[in-house]
Amino acid sequence: MKKQLTEFIVGLLFGMGLILSGMTDPGKVIGFLDILGHWDPSLSLVMAGAIGVGLFAFAMAKKRTTSLWGDELRWPRLDQIDLPLIMGALLFGAGWGLAGFCPGPAIVSMASGQVKSLVFVVFMVLGMLMFEGYDRVLRKKII
Amino acid sequence: MNIDWNHFTPWASLIGGLVLGLASSVFILFNGRILGISGILGGLLALRKGDLGWRLSFLMGLMVAPWLYVLISPDSTLQAPRIDSGLGVISLAGILVGFGTRLGSGCTSGHGVCGISRLSLRSIAATVVFMLSGFAVVYALKNLI
Repeated sequence: MKKQLTEFIVGLLFGMGLILSGMTDPGKVIGFLDILGHWDPSLSLVMAGAIGVGLFAFAMAKKRTTSLWGDELRWPRLDQIDLPLIMGALLFGAGWGLAGFCPGPAIVSMASGQVKSLVFVVFMVLGMLMFEGYDRVLRKKII
Repeated sequence: MNIDWNHFTPWASLIGGLVLGLASSVFILFNGRILGISGILGGLLALRKGDLGWRLSFLMGLMVAPWLYVLISPDSTLQAPRIDSGLGVISLAGILVGFGTRLGSGCTSGHGVCGISRLSLRSIAATVVFMLSGFAVVYALKNLI
């Protein structure tokens, strides 16, 4: 129960952070990505604030063998900089620049009732499902 | 480059960032998990048995957030998002973001916040690449088309 409650509260907190920071507004995100034009530096402060807190927490977490609720710490398995990582980041960045949405803010902004937010999330899920198919059928043969 | 002072919100963005950092910190310390939205949502779609509950609890919290925000914020309203792109572009962007974040194992939260915080070179590389890609696309949209 305490685990589920933490998961819910963390989601809630993260969503509040996204709204406060301005990241749920694609216009603001595109303002940040317009670095060679009319640049809104706000998002760099979002990153600085988040990483400033995270550095301490992750340094503490690395020293632990279990989480505070007694689970194993699930660190990502991959640590190499490989082609899927770079290709994926290139595609993601392109979509981010086109719409001004990344996954978290898009999900949160569905509550605004805007059709475009909903359409974005539907197609994002479709893209993720396409990856599931790609991952199962093709990846093992190519790489 | 010139700075868009009219839209610059240093305090709100810094405080919002601290809250994002706090949420990510609680998640790794208490639950032992990386807070990455694309991984949490994408993993849900894989429909692995016994691996759905925590993803749903988190996503529910994320979706309730705007309603709670409206209740407690002084102006009792969400600022309407400015979405200038048309539906076709939005759809294409959605597919790119969905497929790209899964292929590249993360997005702004998993790589950009958690990955950089744990000093992962892989995540730093991913963040540099998706930012440069975003800069390039916005530059192209504003100047070349």
